[in-house]
Amino acid sequence: MNIGVVVFPGSNCDHDCEYIFKDVLGQSVKMIWHKDTLPAGLDAVVLPGGFSYGDYLRTGAIARFSPVMGGVKEFAREGRLVIGICNGFQILLEAGLLPGVMLRNTSLNFICKDVYVKVENAATRFTNRCESGQVLKIPIAHADGNYYTDPVTLAGVKANAQVIFRYCTADGKVTAEANPNGSLDNIAGIMNADGNVLGMMPHPERSAETVLGNEDGRLIFLSMLSAFGKSEQQSRLVGV
Amino acid sequence: MKSLVITQALLEQHKLSEDEYKKILEILGREPNWTELGMFSAMWSEHCSYKSSRIHLKKLPTTGPRVVQGPGENAGAVDIGDGLCAVFKMESHNHPSFIEPYQGAATGVGGILRDIFTMGARPIALLNSLRFGGLDNANTRHLLKGVVSGIAGYGNCMGVPTVGGEIVFNDIYALNPLVNVFCLGIARKDKIFLGKAAGVGNPVIYFGSKTGRDGIHGATMASDSFDEEAAQKRPTVQVGDPFTEKLLLEACLELMSGDCLVGIQDMGAAGLTSSACEMASREGTGVELELADVPRREPGMTPYEIMLSESQERMLMVAKAGREGEVIKICRKWDLDVAVIGRVTDTGKVVLKENGHIVAEIPAKALADDGPRYDRPSSPPAYQEMLQALNHDTLPDVKDANAALLALLDSPTIASKRWVYEQYDHMVRTNTMVRPGSDAAVLRVKGTNKALALSVDCNGRYCLLNPYEGAKIAIAECARNLACSGAEPIGVTDCLNFGNPQRPEVMWQFVLAIEGLKDACEALKVPIVSGNVSLYNETNDLSIYPTPMIGMVGLIEEADRTATQWFKQAGDVIVLLGRTREDLGGTEYLKVLHHREQGSPPLLNLEDEQAVQACTIRLIREGLVQSAHDCSDGGLAVALAECCVSGTDGRVGAVVELQLDGLRRDALLFGESQSRIVLSVKQEQVEKVLEVAMNAGVRASRIGTVGGSRLVIRVNGDQRAAGCTIDLDVTTVHERWALAIPRALGQD
Amino acid sequence: MKAKIHVTLKQGILDPQGKAIEHALDSLGFQNAGNVRVGKYMEVDVNETDRAKADAQVKQMCEKLLANTVIEEYRYELG
Repeated sequence: MNIGVVVFPGSNCDHDCEYIFKDVLGQSVKMIWHKDTLPAGLDAVVLPGGFSYGDYLRTGAIARFSPVMGGVKEFAREGRLVIGICNGFQILLEAGLLPGVMLRNTSLNFICKDVYVKVENAATRFTNRCESGQVLKIPIAHADGNYYTDPVTLAGVKANAQVIFRYCTADGKVTAEANPNGSLDNIAGIMNADGNVLGMMPHPERSAETVLGNEDGRLIFLSMLSAFGKSEQQSRLVGV
Repeated sequence: MKSLVITQALLEQHKLSEDEYKKILEILGREPNWTELGMFSAMWSEHCSYKSSRIHLKKLPTTGPRVVQGPGENAGAVDIGDGLCAVFKMESHNHPSFIEPYQGAATGVGGILRDIFTMGARPIALLNSLRFGGLDNANTRHLLKGVVSGIAGYGNCMGVPTVGGEIVFNDIYALNPLVNVFCLGIARKDKIFLGKAAGVGNPVIYFGSKTGRDGIHGATMASDSFDEEAAQKRPTVQVGDPFTEKLLLEACLELMSGDCLVGIQDMGAAGLTSSACEMASREGTGVELELADVPRREPGMTPYEIMLSESQERMLMVAKAGREGEVIKICRKWDLDVAVIGRVTDTGKVVLKENGHIVAEIPAKALADDGPRYDRPSSPPAYQEMLQALNHDTLPDVKDANAALLALLDSPTIASKRWVYEQYDHMVRTNTMVRPGSDAAVLRVKGTNKALALSVDCNGRYCLLNPYEGAKIAIAECARNLACSGAEPIGVTDCLNFGNPQRPEVMWQFVLAIEGLKDACEALKVPIVSGNVSLYNETNDLSIYPTPMIGMVGLIEEADRTATQWFKQAGDVIVLLGRTREDLGGTEYLKVLHHREQGSPPLLNLEDEQAVQACTIRLIREGLVQSAHDCSDGGLAVALAECCVSGTDGRVGAVVELQLDGLRRDALLFGESQSRIVLSVKQEQVEKVLEVAMNAGVRASRIGTVGGSRLVIRVNGDQRAAGCTIDLDVTTVHERWALAIPRALGQD
Repeated sequence: MKAKIHVTLKQGILDPQGKAIEHALDSLGFQNAGNVRVGKYMEVDVNETDRAKADAQVKQMCEKLLANTVIEEYRYELG
């Protein structure tokens, strides 16, 4: 699989995403500077986490105007895979590729910790290796992860099974206590209507290796590979 | 050059003594002008010149087979094999953080990060050591929140994880908090960059942010004591811009991956002045700069202001002649200001021009290295004997051990720091194997099978009571934290926070502490490769406790052979390494339960310490232990409680039986005897563990079993043991320990 | 009485956010835009009819909490 990882000024999970796809999963990865155009031949684009433009003004608000984003929109329109993690999710929202906005966490603090998310829809190109209702332990690290949208949009997103992950307890209960940031309906990740663009606040790349004590996040990346008709065995497994 | 009338008042304003001024006259052979006076003032400040400390710092051991770069550069470097180096340093930002906690702490993080990536290393970990007053003080709560969000704001945005640290709360720091930040990066051993202005004719290039009027004379402020008028010094606080620093980091590493760079240094304290004269002095060259070419944020800045500005996120570089274009192209790619502002010369002088006219001319070496040196008088304080006197007979022994343990767990110094570290991104870069909340942070080194363990530590109270022993213990405890992760210590950085060196009692503390550091480092065979001294930590004539903060790096040869502090599994056997003595002096128990900070700190025998550490490392490497935790603040009972409740995946109880052996009950439970480590071991490996310990000459006792939902500690012995059983539900223990800080902040 | 309060960074203090926005405006083609300064706007109802007293209170609020006078300045209208 050919993966493109976009590097915005201030991206800081770009190397982590590169490491997972290249060193852990053995895929081919291109780093794409935000002022460049999207190279031909990519199978998926990753918008990584970080603080693009220092999170100044609003998270993702300036990055959406980066030259590369025109190509990313086109790529998404063609139905190809785009995943935005954390700040990447925020950029997808600002760019209008996903519905809704991110508000400040209700605690007003940056929060970095493991959370549990429930897979609400396992029949997607990002979750086909999970089971429906499966609970994944994946860390979050953000100050603005409080997802919000208007009731009409929310109803549409739910009706269309676009809510992919919801914050839950270790045993899968979606409760207020399990919600780390005040997110509407405990939403941790959503997909577009066409099913090819995913945004999620938790960082699967931080929980995809045994050496880090947790491999749950790996299922997301393996699902993307599966969606490409490649099994884990076929891919060259290197690294830890 | 404009002439200047040098008055007494002007010298005082610049914190230069009459003798120092005479020396300036000798060096220049004439009177300095305004700009030159400012430059001498900054470079000869305590902060930049180490004038009170330098003769003592020379005694520290700084060499060893792994040392690639010792003190004197932006940071130290030690060899970790595989062609790689760990580059690290610790620095203080105490005074700025007191004035403006958010920006003070943030720019402290920014400064230490620049020190690391200037060397060609990509920063992979930050830690911090903080000291505040008691949390019952509203201003302390404000300082804590500001400092924590400042560290978070800067480090998180940079994408460098803050993986650990420690915080102590004590009223002595209420008006002089300490903010010490440690950073570690990884560099290729053959690609270390130094701050050298080599190659006559090579261009001197400025890049990063523009220069503003912020922070002028920050270095002299850092060398100043505080008083009620501190607020007046506020305009010297700088504002940090982590976004620009992130661009600066990436631009630097991209520049360094090529071969156009000759030398590089960040503009930290004393800004352009220090970077220019230090780079020239190290190489024995000179530099000539045109100030009109320095990128500026504000109009009408004078040479004095340009040379002394401490605007953040700026770098000075010497490139190969003819390669300016490449450098400029890379800086522009990262949206940074960049300008060729001068050339390297062979004059040995820093020559500054403004539109072609010379505005300052000073021998570089005189400015950077020939500053004053003082062997300041030292003598023990009059109160020292009184401090050390502690008559145990006047202390009632503990009557309700349950209540005493809960009180200790509720002490913010001992309590969980989760409220703090959850605000730090401690996982970015995906190296963090052991997160904050264990004895040491552990990070894998990508591309190798190795891991590094990191720890910061210092008990200022021990250092107050006995500066020599306290400093020894700081080194020993830091190394012990690493040993509990299975890591062998390979290098130390220090950040020596003391009061006003012009007070003989402060100098006495400093000199003894240096002796302690030296002896402990030599015994444990670990060199000090970088560091920082922060003096004048006093407010309204009250000095802080002497606080020689230690940051230590340990190497784990095989990343999967490491350990964490919490109990893992019911049925495992609890083994205590080391011996418990009647060590109550200077303990947290004495402070919390008896409101005394007195006595002699615990005895530390460096040979015993080394044996215990080596034994622990061996046991972990051989895969024989499930957990390892050192006994420190609060003693054995607190250590056991932490083993039960600090786990990332829930809590577990334990049943422990201890022998009184003629000790006081409180000394047995809460005394802080050194060189003790609590292990948990699988049943079938206990005999093997005890055998390894015996062969290593380490006392090892089987004291209990992991399991259940209660922490039970029974004490056997004579009738004095009555009433000192601990028997608590682990949920109660956890609640007390985990929520103490949010509770104190009113956020539980 | 309602106080409308503006808090901005003092002139000469680095405004990283303003700088980043200015840069973004420039790359979007707004080359005439310059010197972007980002501030905060707040509205506070003050339960006080005496204008002078209200003014004194708002000034205190700004000094004590709303503005960090180390690096920020403030102005307000009372109405």
